[in-house]
Amino acid sequence: MAKIPAAVIGVGQTHYRAKREDVSMAGLCREAMDRALEDAGLGLDEVDAIVVGKAPDLFEGVMMPELYLAEALGAAGKPLLRVHTAGSVGGSTAIVAASLVQAGVHRKVLTVSFEKQSESNAMWALSVPVPFVMPVHAGAGGYFAPHVRSYIRRSGAPTHIGAMVAAKDRTNALRNPYAHLREEKTVEQVLSSTMLWDPIRYDETCPSSDGACALVIASDDVAQGSADPAWIHGTVMRSEPTTAAERDQVNPQAGRDAAAALWKQAGITDPAAEIDAAEIYVPFSWFEPMWLENLGFADEGEGWRLTEAGETGIDGRIPVNCSGGVLSSNPIGASGMIRFGEAALQVRGAAGDHQVDGVRRALGHAYGGGSQFFSMWVLGVDRPAN
Amino acid sequence: MSRTLQAPVTVAFDYTRSVGPVLGRFFTGLQERRIVGARLSDGRVVAPPPEFDPVTHAPTTDFVDLGDTGTVTSWTWVSEPVAGQPFDRPFAFALVTPEGATEPMLHALDVASPEEVATGLRVRARWAEEPKGGITDLVCWEPAASGPDAPRSGAADRAVGGTEDAGVTGIVTPVSLDYTYAASPEESSFFRALAEGRIIGQRCPACGKVYVPPRPACPVDGVPTEEEVELSDTGTVTTFCVVNVPFLGQRITPPYVSAYVLLDGADIAIQHLILDIPAEEVRMGLRVRAVWKPRAEWGTTIENISHFAPTGEPDADYETYQHHL
Repeated sequence: MAKIPAAVIGVGQTHYRAKREDVSMAGLCREAMDRALEDAGLGLDEVDAIVVGKAPDLFEGVMMPELYLAEALGAAGKPLLRVHTAGSVGGSTAIVAASLVQAGVHRKVLTVSFEKQSESNAMWALSVPVPFVMPVHAGAGGYFAPHVRSYIRRSGAPTHIGAMVAAKDRTNALRNPYAHLREEKTVEQVLSSTMLWDPIRYDETCPSSDGACALVIASDDVAQGSADPAWIHGTVMRSEPTTAAERDQVNPQAGRDAAAALWKQAGITDPAAEIDAAEIYVPFSWFEPMWLENLGFADEGEGWRLTEAGETGIDGRIPVNCSGGVLSSNPIGASGMIRFGEAALQVRGAAGDHQVDGVRRALGHAYGGGSQFFSMWVLGVDRPAN
Repeated sequence: MSRTLQAPVTVAFDYTRSVGPVLGRFFTGLQERRIVGARLSDGRVVAPPPEFDPVTHAPTTDFVDLGDTGTVTSWTWVSEPVAGQPFDRPFAFALVTPEGATEPMLHALDVASPEEVATGLRVRARWAEEPKGGITDLVCWEPAASGPDAPRSGAADRAVGGTEDAGVTGIVTPVSLDYTYAASPEESSFFRALAEGRIIGQRCPACGKVYVPPRPACPVDGVPTEEEVELSDTGTVTTFCVVNVPFLGQRITPPYVSAYVLLDGADIAIQHLILDIPAEEVRMGLRVRAVWKPRAEWGTTIENISHFAPTGEPDADYETYQHHL
C-alpha cells in the first residue's frame, strides 16, 4: 500500500545548555515548538496531532509527561501520543509522527522531544543496583566502553580514531549556535583528557544537556505549498534483545537490518555515494566508525578508515555530524530528534554555518538502550515518486 | 519455598524542578502569603496560573492577586492518610475557589470530620510560619469561621531574600519508590545454587546455547531452557572497561575493572570485577577464576563471588572468544 508523500516543513530547536533553569519542561518544549511552527508558517491551532518523546521516566522522575504537558503543548482537543524507546526516542517519535501523515490519518503533525538533565542524574538512573546482581554497572559509558574495546580489537583501528571524531565534532559545534559545548578541540587535547571508562576519555563523551527539538511534518498537499520541504524518502525502526548468546553489540543485527531496509525504501544502492550529509547518533566518539559500518557506509572493520582519512569532515565525502552531534549537545530525550531535524536542515539548505554544499539527500539516525533500538530516516530535496 | 527470590528495593532521588517565570510568580506569591492567579483570554481567573493560555497558547502575562479566603466547591474525605500527604490525620482534599478567582484549585482542608465540610463552606488560607518556596507554603485551607487567627496575608515586611528579584525559580520534588524485586524462577535457582557454591546455567533445546544466569526462555528461540548445566568457576575475559569515574549510588570504589567473563561451558558472558592484577594488565583473553568470599558470608547472590582473579594459565586464543565481542 502506497504511503502519502510527507515532508518536514518546520524545525525548531532550543539552545542546548547544561542548565536551563529559566524555563520549566513545558516552557522548554514550547520554545522549540514555537520555533518549528514559525518555520513552518503555521499556528498551533492548525496542527492536527502532537507526538511527544522523552527519555526513560527515571531520568527526570516525570511519569506520563504527556499528561502533565498536554495543555501547555496545545494538545487539548487533539490526539496526543507519547513514544518511548530509550535513547533512540527522538528518532522514533519523529517516525511515529511521520507515519501518521504518510498513512493519511493527519495532514499536519507536530512532534517534540525534550530532556532536562539538570533536574536529575542520568548516571544514577542508569546504575540503580538490582538485588543479587553484581553492582558493576557504571552508567552509559560503563555499558558501552567494553563494546568500544571490542570494536578496536576486531577492527584493528588505531587508538587515536576516537579522539579524531571527538575533535571533529566539537570543532564542528563552533558553527552551530544551538550547540552546548562550543569549543575548538585538537586530537592531542582529547587524547590528554581524563580516562573515564577506559577506553573512553572525558573529551570523547557526550555532555549532559537541557534542551528540546520540534518538527512539523506535513502531507503532500501542505508540503507542496512550503518553500523548502525536506521530503521523507524512508523511515525504519528495528529492535533486538538486550542480551543473547553471541549477540553482536559492535555491529548489531537490528541496526544492519534497519539500514538495509532504509536504503531499499529510499532507492539508495550506495549510501556512501548517495547520502550527502549524515547526522548519526554518536554519544561516545568511537560510535562514529562503528555506525558507519553498521549503516553500510563502510565494510565491516573499515569504518575507522573513513574517519582517519577525514572523509567524515564537513568537506569530506560523507560529512557526519556537522552540527557537532551528540558529542556536543545531549538532551537525551531530544538527541535523536535533533539528528532527524539537522538532516532536514541540511536538505533544506538551512543549516547556516554548518551547511554542507549541495545536499540532495541526508540521513538522520538514532539508537538507544543497549544498542537495541534503532530509528533512522532519509530526507531528500525531491518529492518521492510514491 | 517460594519459586522466586525477593528483595526490597528503594529508588529515591530528589529531583529539582525549574518552574519557569509563570509558576515562579505563583510560588513567589505563596512565599509572601499571596495567592497569585491569572486572567485568561476567555475571562476566567485561575490559580495556579497556567504557563500558557489554553485558548491562545500565548504565555500567561495577566496576573491577579487573589484573596486568601475562598469557597469549597467540592471535596473528598481522606480517612486513612498515607506518607507524604499534607496531614497524618484524616483530612479533606477540597476544590476551593479563592476570592477573585472563577475556578477552584485543589488543596488540603483541615477539619476534624467529614461532617464539618460542605460545598459552599467559607474557608481561609493557613500559611506556613516559615515559607520554603513551594506549594506547602500554603499549608491548607481551614474553615473561615473557626480556630485561632493564623498569620494573615500582607506580612510584607518579612524578609524574602531581602531583594526584589529573589523569587522562586525552582522547587525540589523528592521521589521515593519502594518495591519488592522478584528474580525469575530460573534466576532464583541460579542464585540459590550460588549459596551452595555452584554456578548453574540452562541450555536452549533449539540452539544449544548455554545461558547463565538461566532465563525463562531463550531470547533467540523463545522456548523454555530447561536442561540445567553446571558450569565451571573459571573463564575468559572477553572485553572490559576500567571504571575511573565516581557517581551517585556507586557501590564499588573506583578505579575498578568491570569485565565480561565467559565461564567455561557457557555461551554468554557475565559481568563481574577483576582484581588481584593491576588494572592496566587486564586484557582480552585473560584466564580467570572466581574468588569466593568465606562460606559464612554466602547468600543467594552473585556477590558470593568477591571477584575474578587470574588463573596464571596462558591467555585464551582469540578464536575461542571472538564471537563474544
